[in-house]
Amino acid sequence: MKSAVLVFPGINREQDMARALALISGRAPTMVWHAETALPAGTDLVVIPGGFSYGDYLRCGAIAARAPIMDAVRAHAGNRGLVLAVCNGFQIACEAGLLPGVLMRNARLKFMCKDVYLKVERSDTPFSRGYNAGQVIRVPTAHGEGNYVADAETVARLEGEGRVLYRYVSPGGARDPAWNLNGSTNAIAGILNEGGNVLGMMPHPENHVEAVMGCTDGRGLFAGLVDHVAQAA
Amino acid sequence: MKARVTVTLKTGILDPQGKAIEGALKSLGVEGVASVRQGKVFDIELDGIDKARAEALLKEAADKLLANTVIENYRVEVM
Repeated sequence: MKSAVLVFPGINREQDMARALALISGRAPTMVWHAETALPAGTDLVVIPGGFSYGDYLRCGAIAARAPIMDAVRAHAGNRGLVLAVCNGFQIACEAGLLPGVLMRNARLKFMCKDVYLKVERSDTPFSRGYNAGQVIRVPTAHGEGNYVADAETVARLEGEGRVLYRYVSPGGARDPAWNLNGSTNAIAGILNEGGNVLGMMPHPENHVEAVMGCTDGRGLFAGLVDHVAQAA
Repeated sequence: MKARVTVTLKTGILDPQGKAIEGALKSLGVEGVASVRQGKVFDIELDGIDKARAEALLKEAADKLLANTVIENYRVEVM
């Protein structure tokens, strides 16, 4: 799997992402600066990593979403290329129109830095084939604006089309407002675009991929992507 | 020419920051505060274009960048 990790000023999780990708896909990603206008030829997966692009000025992700490289990312997504957008990357993807809705300030107004439990709603997507449907995984989060909001019609469509891929749940897998750390609509942690080739999620699967991290629940997401690309080839 | 773009949250969008400000005003004893919604103001200087063109350009700027129209409304005033 040939991957490219986008780098914007203020992004700070790109090295975690690069390490996870190198570890699991066996191939180091190309780091692509925001001012570039093209992705490396043959890119299978574009990753928009986490951080604080442009210091979260204006709105989280708003300025990065208008960077020159984003036209190439939109074209890649339009050609059914894979895009994984994590944390600030999810905010950037929403601002760029790759995904519907917006990430608002956490309902309790606090920056939340803790592990969360996610229910994998389905396993028949490139971003979840490394898991079983209904499985609960533990993944770290660190964000102040992760409260997913969209109009009622959009949320109904996401739910109806099975595009809510990851949801905040209790360790036992139950829907519980106490475990929806940021107050997201329907406890939404990760969503797919209409084509199912773009995933945005607030939690950081790249930070639970090695034994030394205390948990390897995030590996399945990357292993599934590698598997998907190998099958498609 | 000076212009101002005001961006506010749409009705029905939860505004936790506004709620926190509202709580602080109430705890300060400011009378008569029923509710607070917070937003953003952009003061923009324009050069070399007429008023009608300025309004059109600023609307475009608001749609493209200054506001996220999923959750926000905006108002353009050219002075």
